[in-house]
Amino acid sequence: MTDTNSTRHIITDPVFSNNPIAVQILGICSALAVTSNLKTALTMSIGLTLVTAMCNFAFSLVRNQTPNSIRIIVQMTIAASLVIVLDQFLRAFAYEMSKQLSVFVGLIITNCIVMGRMEGFAIKNPPMASFWDGIGNGLGYSVLLMVLAVIRELTGSGKWFGIEIFKTVNNGGWYVPNGLMLLPPSAFFLIGLFIWALRSWKKHQVEAREFSMAPQSKALLSH
Amino acid sequence: MEHYLSLLLKAIFIENMALAFFLGMCTFIAISKKIQPAIGLGIAVIIVQVLTVPANNLIFNYLLREGALSWTGIAGMETVDLSFLGLISYIGVIAAIVQILEMLLDKYVPALYNTLGIFLPLITVNCAILAGSLFMVERDYTFSESVVYGVGSGASWALAILVLAGIREKMKYSDVPEGLRGLGITFITVGLMSLGFMSFSGIKL
Repeated sequence: MTDTNSTRHIITDPVFSNNPIAVQILGICSALAVTSNLKTALTMSIGLTLVTAMCNFAFSLVRNQTPNSIRIIVQMTIAASLVIVLDQFLRAFAYEMSKQLSVFVGLIITNCIVMGRMEGFAIKNPPMASFWDGIGNGLGYSVLLMVLAVIRELTGSGKWFGIEIFKTVNNGGWYVPNGLMLLPPSAFFLIGLFIWALRSWKKHQVEAREFSMAPQSKALLSH
Repeated sequence: MEHYLSLLLKAIFIENMALAFFLGMCTFIAISKKIQPAIGLGIAVIIVQVLTVPANNLIFNYLLREGALSWTGIAGMETVDLSFLGLISYIGVIAAIVQILEMLLDKYVPALYNTLGIFLPLITVNCAILAGSLFMVERDYTFSESVVYGVGSGASWALAILVLAGIREKMKYSDVPEGLRGLGITFITVGLMSLGFMSFSGIKL
């Protein structure tokens, strides 16, 4: 039973206690850019989870044959090939979506989560464990992405997946959409607040102060 | 000439890589604690961007796009479309150029290498670099436009990281709430900067 336990641990750990975006600060670029509505966020989440898992799996297979000095190039080639598959798939079956995501699908290659997990986990773990680690980290990324998208789409245009939840003023309803939430900066504010909330909950993540106030007169007196 | 100038200004201010498209965020947040390294990284990004965007423009126009191979003169080449190989070629070109640049600097300009050297490997995985090439392809720039765009987009990223580093150097003396300290307040600062840069977006060039 220990085996299934560790698999479960590998998957759930990155989702909450070691979230790649909020704790490890990886892969923020796309987290900000695609979250103005739920559809793009969901597509991006699924894409990234699959790519990370498959990259981890593939790199783990060749980890013992890869010389250390060229491993970055090997990792990039694997990532690039898989992203090409994803990109072509989206173009074939969801053309509108791939137009909306524009360059951000391609940017999965340089998404730090993909590289970071290959470098940090797949390089010294067997293929199946690496695969689950990829899924777990992808889910951790997806959770944050979906939370951001839910908030931004609901407050920004009163919709979820394009279905009206709050009736907006333009359509004779009561809700005045907050245009700021659809603009790029709101994503930064939301992530900042999210990190604040997370760190108030898990105190050990709080960063140390770089400078402390000089204990001026008090110190002098005590000497 | 005017066309290129407006392209340059547009790339720097209106379509700022970091603040309007959120590209290269990982390094943007990680390396902006102090001004000195931020300057080094900014310069390195400009150099690499100026080299890679035009290089990828040539690759795209003479090897990958539909009918691009017709200059080889081989029959049937007019219909070959290799653009699906785009991503892997661009990232390969970027990795190679960064590697070559690192070796050249190490050999001929050791002083510069010592200041920029540690940042160069970071740049291969900086999304702003790859995005520069992807935007160039998406918008179908000519070769000379791509040179200008390379300068502009690199400079836009460098400008943004420099401004953020300046703010963060001051900010470490301020009394920020506990959970917000460090990363949290940095995000909110970047949000405010991005809000400021949005005021450029109304400008038509």
